[in-house]
Amino acid sequence: MTEMLALSGLTKHFGPIVAVDDISMTIGRGEVLGFLGPNGAGKSTTMKMVAGFLEPTAGTAEICGVDVVEQPMAAKRMIGYLPEGAPAYDDMSVSGFLEFVAGVRGVLASKRNNMIARAVEQTELGNVLGQRIETLSKGFKRRVGLAQAIVHDPDVLILDEPTDGLDPIQKHHVRSLIRAMASEKAIIISTHILEEIDAVCTRATLIAAGKLLLDTTPDDLAARASNHNTVVLTVDSAQSGSLTVALSAVPEIGNVEQIAQDASMVQLRITPKGGESVFTTVTNIVSDKGVKAREIYVERGTLDQAFRDLADSGKSLQAHTENPAESPVEIPAND
Amino acid sequence: MTNIGLILRRELGSYFFSPLAYVFIVIFASITGAFAFYLGDFFGLGQANLQSFFTYHPWLYLLLAPAIAMRLWAEERKSGTIELLMTLPISTTQAVVGKYLAAWLFCGVALLATTPIWITVNVLGSPDNGVIFASYVASFLMVGAFLAIGSAISALTSNQVIAFVVSAATCFMLTLSSLDIVLDLFRAWAPDLLVDTIASISFLNHYLGITRGVIAFSDVVFFASVISLWLFINVIVVDLKKAG
Repeated sequence: MTEMLALSGLTKHFGPIVAVDDISMTIGRGEVLGFLGPNGAGKSTTMKMVAGFLEPTAGTAEICGVDVVEQPMAAKRMIGYLPEGAPAYDDMSVSGFLEFVAGVRGVLASKRNNMIARAVEQTELGNVLGQRIETLSKGFKRRVGLAQAIVHDPDVLILDEPTDGLDPIQKHHVRSLIRAMASEKAIIISTHILEEIDAVCTRATLIAAGKLLLDTTPDDLAARASNHNTVVLTVDSAQSGSLTVALSAVPEIGNVEQIAQDASMVQLRITPKGGESVFTTVTNIVSDKGVKAREIYVERGTLDQAFRDLADSGKSLQAHTENPAESPVEIPAND
Repeated sequence: MTNIGLILRRELGSYFFSPLAYVFIVIFASITGAFAFYLGDFFGLGQANLQSFFTYHPWLYLLLAPAIAMRLWAEERKSGTIELLMTLPISTTQAVVGKYLAAWLFCGVALLATTPIWITVNVLGSPDNGVIFASYVASFLMVGAFLAIGSAISALTSNQVIAFVVSAATCFMLTLSSLDIVLDLFRAWAPDLLVDTIASISFLNHYLGITRGVIAFSDVVFFASVISLWLFINVIVVDLKKAG
């Protein structure tokens, strides 16, 4: 894997406020890195520094070995950047705007038309090329922002909330586009939509209060959720009492709670003590007791839950590693 | 150079894509004409020259140049496009110069739109066309200086009204710095040397110098220096804001 983006000790202070605090990471070709974090966590500030808009207070950002502060022109040529809110020159037409950006980005005149046509096709802007940008809907404006970011086929793409304001079909389309480009590039996207991490990212990072708390895979992130591997079981209410007692006695089971109830039925959620599945243990007990289960399934941890858990435990988490598989960050168990 | 050209073209385009350009040019041409005929008593003087026409240019520019310049950077900041612009592979100097030249060229076009009065005065009599040409040069340099000031001040704020008012006030001070209205502010406490220096940077004196028909090297250098200085400030302001 070629290293395309290297952040080292990247820090940004705004007066007394520390917006980004000593972030280091490397991103290689083929990786799509998702920046997760609550609003104001420092995601956008980090991206602005990588894109060369803000100067870091300390630390460096290198694009394919070129320092953004020392050689801004060379570095910026290799970057495609979609700023937050997808700003564009409202008084220009879509085609005029893309020609301007392609020109400034140094796309050769001979290739310009082809490159613009490709970006337009990828972002499905063909029908609005002649329209002034200010007349476009939010979804179209976002796609114009995406088109200008990819028009010069950059090695590094930095997309700040690329699907914000898009409808579900457009979201799906943009995610497919990002996946399709991923093998050739190094991509950073920021989002607070967790399903996006699942859908497009190969790496998930969590930033809170300017610190990099976690750098792992989307699957691993989900596994950290307190609801990971919980078993949900629906039984007749007459049998639920004794079953609960029996289940609670099992050492691997941490908690049995009643999550729903009506006249005849009770729904229980069984949370394992470790992260391991207790599905077989539960089914064995259910059949031993002769309980008639109406429904039984295992919940996979959702990113939403993982995100909430991590945000809650936020500051106690300091560790982060290049290779999370070797030394996973310890998440306090939910008890 | 290519980048300056691209920025210039984009900016000029945005003037002419919007009604701004047409409103500005029509109003500029009408008001300069009206001032010449009514306030300047163009016919009453019975002279074949455009002195009554050019006398009022600095005063009109005080109002119109800040109006053109106020949007140069304040609008970019307000709409967020500055983030796009400054992450494109162009230097701050290229962006500043490209934007400035577009505004200056645009005012040049507005100035060209007043040439019918030049033709008129030639039909009516036989004026000294050399003096008129020099006056046009003076007028163009004057508006260039105002625009450079306005551009630099526009980079300080995202509020166009503030940019306009501060630019207009600054231009007013610099234009009239040889008159008592400005000098009295300084006479009370400043040494004579400083007062004399302030008096000597009066835009109006340099402007009137050229409109008499002599494009003196010193006057041209004066305006070129003023423009360069303010564009330099402009670059610093944009870079400083970026670092913060």
